[in-house]
Amino acid sequence: MAMESSEIERLIKQAIPDARVTIEDLRGDGDHYAAHVVSAEFAGKSRVQQHQMVYRALQGKMGTALHALALQTGAPEGS
Amino acid sequence: MDENATFAQIRREIEDNPVVLFMKGTPVFPQCGFSAAVVHALSQLGVKFKGIDVLVDPSLRDGVKQFSQWPTVPQLYVGGEFVGGCDIVREMYESGELKTMLDEKGVEYAD
Repeated sequence: MAMESSEIERLIKQAIPDARVTIEDLRGDGDHYAAHVVSAEFAGKSRVQQHQMVYRALQGKMGTALHALALQTGAPEGS
Repeated sequence: MDENATFAQIRREIEDNPVVLFMKGTPVFPQCGFSAAVVHALSQLGVKFKGIDVLVDPSLRDGVKQFSQWPTVPQLYVGGEFVGGCDIVREMYESGELKTMLDEKGVEYAD
């Protein structure tokens, strides 16, 4: 199973509208991605909470349709 | 096993053991690169931990995801608290934060 990176980005932005999303297809197979997500909504939240927000945005696709998504999250500088 | 029994089992494990890693495979033979990466980080720090192989029990494999509200395995618990999965543990290991946190929780190191 695989998923387009544009679809990952769309789902994240749908749930976290101000998110800046950078996605890298690690193997070029549409199945192993690394995503860097920056949003003001992450400010004051733990890493676990930030990642949980992204996983929720992906509506259960993480671990099923999406095999591997290495996540790095953070709030923008100065927020 | 029903969900409550699985949750009770998970709760018991993380309460009884200071450092618990729910993983695929065992610390000696991890069956997934992400689990292996977390085992590597913990081993480098020399921390004692209990590895629990979720592959041997489908109810545990699903149950731990619901329990932590986290969609993937591995999952690291320290002092009964969910620390994160592979990405977070790796980030914390590289920044030195993992060692600081383990020290603060007073976990035991192997000799």
